[in-house]
Amino acid sequence: MNRRRRRRRAYLSAAVYVVLGLFFLIPLAAMIEFATRGMGIGSPRTLSAFTSISADPELVGAIVASLELAVITSAGVLALLLPTMIWARLRLPRMVRPLELICLTPLTVPAIVLVVGFAPIYRWLEINFSDSILILSFAYLILVLPYCYRALAAGLATVDVRTLSEAARSLGAGWATVVWRVIVPNMSSAVFNACLLCVAVVLGEFTIANLLDFENLQVAIATLGTANAQESIALAVLSLLFVFVFLFALTFLSRFASRRRSAMRG
Amino acid sequence: MSVDASGRAGPSQGTSRSAAEVRLEELSRHYGTTVALDGLDLTIHAGELVALLGPSGCGKTTALRLVAGLEDADGGRVVIEGADVTHLPANRRDTGMVFQAYSLFPHMTALENVAFGLRMRRVGAAERHQRAGEMLELVGLSTQADRFAHQLSGGQQQRVALARALAIRPSILLLDEPLSALDARVRSQLRDEIRRVQREVGITTLFVTHDQEEALAIADRVGVMRAGRLEQLGPPTTIYSQPATPFVAEFVGLTNRLAGLVSGGTVDVRGVRLPLIATDTPDGPAVALVRPEAITLAPAAPTSNGPLSGTVTAVAFLGAVSRLTVDLGDTTVLVQIPTSEAAAHPGGARVTLTLRQDPVLVTQDEPPARRQGLG
Repeated sequence: MNRRRRRRRAYLSAAVYVVLGLFFLIPLAAMIEFATRGMGIGSPRTLSAFTSISADPELVGAIVASLELAVITSAGVLALLLPTMIWARLRLPRMVRPLELICLTPLTVPAIVLVVGFAPIYRWLEINFSDSILILSFAYLILVLPYCYRALAAGLATVDVRTLSEAARSLGAGWATVVWRVIVPNMSSAVFNACLLCVAVVLGEFTIANLLDFENLQVAIATLGTANAQESIALAVLSLLFVFVFLFALTFLSRFASRRRSAMRG
Repeated sequence: MSVDASGRAGPSQGTSRSAAEVRLEELSRHYGTTVALDGLDLTIHAGELVALLGPSGCGKTTALRLVAGLEDADGGRVVIEGADVTHLPANRRDTGMVFQAYSLFPHMTALENVAFGLRMRRVGAAERHQRAGEMLELVGLSTQADRFAHQLSGGQQQRVALARALAIRPSILLLDEPLSALDARVRSQLRDEIRRVQREVGITTLFVTHDQEEALAIADRVGVMRAGRLEQLGPPTTIYSQPATPFVAEFVGLTNRLAGLVSGGTVDVRGVRLPLIATDTPDGPAVALVRPEAITLAPAAPTSNGPLSGTVTAVAFLGAVSRLTVDLGDTTVLVQIPTSEAAAHPGGARVTLTLRQDPVLVTQDEPPARRQGLG
């Protein structure tokens, strides 16, 4: 009875995996199929769409810019949120709720509406500060707040922030040391997750960059799509694969870190 | 504060430094309208262990946190070794603290935990490890140096926390109910262990607890606190046998409240004259506070009928001693006698009470809620 139920559950979960897998893989396979088509009917498959990406300096620039934006945004949002959230939990517990509310608001505002607000500020920024695409990181900082907040809050909930920080303080640690050496190492997987979400959001962002007239990865893909559909799809495949690889790498890294720790424990 | 960085051999010498005197002067602290500390004055002599004892909310933990610098005083001063540290942040106070909650850094081994404070003081790696190792040896955990917190028992974790607090050779050791998360047997073991280590190191120590047995067992002096103030400060024996106030008498140990009449420096309780702790007590009716162990029992005839005759209604076996509840008709009395004698007085037996001639404290107060059941 019990075994039968367990077997049935195994079948069920396998079925779920298969369906979900097909759901994700069929479009991906279709993209690859399309991107590798040769010119004309009956011509052999070719990787020229992929190889031509690196030959397009504008495209390469957009890719590099998106990667830079991802790094800057992750670092920025962590530097902004982590100390603030820890501080709120320690000193201003009444502010934890309002802080959460503020951080989650960007979720409720459509990107189009955000852009309406951003536009005049960016006009000013471009004139007075810089017209580099990297200033998009300010907007992205706001965009990723909800995701990062959620990830970090989940991590902080597993750590006795108050006791650990008080212990560290009484042993002579300053606040920076408390955050960096005591709190963060105990919620490293939450920090990993926050980074991951940041990178995924930034690499996938289209609306704001497009409307503010910056060429990031997604904008480049879209522009390319009107001129050279195959190359555009090839780039989309690559960017998806990159995010997958990155995701696996981070997951593997955090698991490796915890395995190493438990190995040291055992 | 300077830390002696010279490497020395042996745990006991490795931790020694001249003990510091710590003074709390007129310390006060409010939370909104609640007064947590109301002008607390306390001097802890060099190398002394003072226990602050009191019910929850009496301000004892607040006092400790003010010494540690984890909270800011609204008024008054904290003076360590003659230096005013009231406005120094916690990380520059030079205090070692053990918390009630388990506070080991989960991502570090026991040894790394102990070495953390030394690392903050930029002690070199080799010496850091040596000294941390000595500290673990001091608390008897050398073999567990590579374990992480979750691999240690609660008692072991608190011992590592103690070693960690002592490793930085602080001028004062602060213990914030370090035993209350532990089970009874480990608690008394660790209590003795803390006392041994404290003596060995000779460090000035402030120990906060709500457990009177713990305070009496471990401290050189006990300070009983109530509503943000010290009610009485003195050696454990004095606190127990000569309580200054009814609050102290009732909080430390059990007491019976027996109606009596004060006259000429003594009190008449149910026909027995008992000496008073405070001989200047004004004459008149009062309630005498009599310890359960200051009463002895003798079997009585079933028909006996004096003011000190009663019926045993309950017997609680506490190991070496037993606690009997005796119904005197108009009140009930707790009596604590050796278990070997308690066998002679089973439930329902008639007994006669004898009050020992110990000095007692009298009060006019209403009984506090927690003692009401004892009548």
